[in-house]
Amino acid sequence: MPDETRAAILRALGRVAPEADLTRLDPARPIRDQLDLDSIDFMNFLLEVDRDLHVDVPEADYGRVGSVDQCAAYLAARLAQR
Amino acid sequence: MTDFLMPSLGADMTAGRLVRWRARPGDRVARGDIVADVDTEKGVIEVEVFRAGVVERLLVEEGTRVPVGTPLAVIREDGAPALGAVAPAGALPARVRVSPLARRRAADLGLDPARITGTGPEGAVTREDVERAAAGGAPPPAPAGEADRAARMRAAIAAAVTRAKREIPHYYLATEVDLAAATAWLAEHNRDRPVGGRLPLSVLQLKAAAMALRDFPDLNGRWEEGRAVAEPAVHAGLVVSLRQGGLIVGTLRDAADRPLDDLGRVTLDLVRRARTGQLRSSEVGGATFTVTILGDRGVDAVFGVIYPPQVAIVGFGTVGRRPRVVGDRVEPRPACTVTLAADHRVSDAHRGGLYLTAVAGLLQEPGSL
Repeated sequence: MPDETRAAILRALGRVAPEADLTRLDPARPIRDQLDLDSIDFMNFLLEVDRDLHVDVPEADYGRVGSVDQCAAYLAARLAQR
Repeated sequence: MTDFLMPSLGADMTAGRLVRWRARPGDRVARGDIVADVDTEKGVIEVEVFRAGVVERLLVEEGTRVPVGTPLAVIREDGAPALGAVAPAGALPARVRVSPLARRRAADLGLDPARITGTGPEGAVTREDVERAAAGGAPPPAPAGEADRAARMRAAIAAAVTRAKREIPHYYLATEVDLAAATAWLAEHNRDRPVGGRLPLSVLQLKAAAMALRDFPDLNGRWEEGRAVAEPAVHAGLVVSLRQGGLIVGTLRDAADRPLDDLGRVTLDLVRRARTGQLRSSEVGGATFTVTILGDRGVDAVFGVIYPPQVAIVGFGTVGRRPRVVGDRVEPRPACTVTLAADHRVSDAHRGGLYLTAVAGLLQEPGSL
């Protein structure tokens, strides 16, 4: 499941930043800093995650999905609650 | 009959390559239907048709680069008689090998167009080919994918900003805007909404800039043939900076009149498609002013270059906590610097200042947006 969640994150990032080389993404560092995503891109990223995994990340939790590692852990926890 | 032409997707566009037909002879098309994909320096644009009818003939093959204004297809409008048998897909008529403009230019320069290498559709000789031949130059190499597009985009930006700086006497103004009310309103608005219904602060800034223009027609329009032309509608050109280099300006029509939630939805969609090369022809060009928003990443202020023939560009710098005097105390408050670069032939700094004050005022009352 964690690998699938991670793959979904990368798919979503690929859709909002198609020019990015995601193989160079450091999973421990903030996604926005590495990919230069602005606030609209970040919302579009979360929209893609929601479309794919049906998990809506509330604005209050934005601080918990900053890096790929954080995001994967957060989404896995939300999916496990179902 | 109506000729469906290679559209001008911005004042800086001279030619486009027809990538793919989305319609075939005999297809019925409605106003707004996407009928072709065209590759420009702005990326691949989905081109819409603006008259309903039936596609009678396709005139340009996929993969062909043609100048702006070249007929791409013939569309028989509803009610018009048919020309006769509809040509099957791919059966293209013979092409004129020298454009009229090229023929006239060649005559002016005393050149024989038959001896010039054409780079237009099906090898047609264009005006650029004639002028290049007159200067003794060779035709440019064929387009070579992304690198070529990036180079053409850079060239288009260079042409636009050079023209702007050469022709437009800019004046620049800046003011700091307190965003405490706007961010508090936004937190409340977004709290219980799903991600697709939330608004980024940039949409409030965009709406405030557009709404305030209603009272400043001298900042919303264009400079054309030596005079200012005000536009009744407010169509915002939103600058999207591309991470791979360059930028694209997407048009948000009627930005001042759209409800905030609707403007937010279309802005998110527009930015996503601008980044993935999926803008439509109605979303490229036609803006009456431009806005550039740095959001929450970047520097304090951005002073834009006006996009000709427009007469103003508004810039929002990075939002951050700044020391602000509130009553008799200094408090850290969310704030940003909003700037205006405007055409001094059309407006003066006093008017520009009143406009920025109006933008700042609207952001103090986000419920009014």
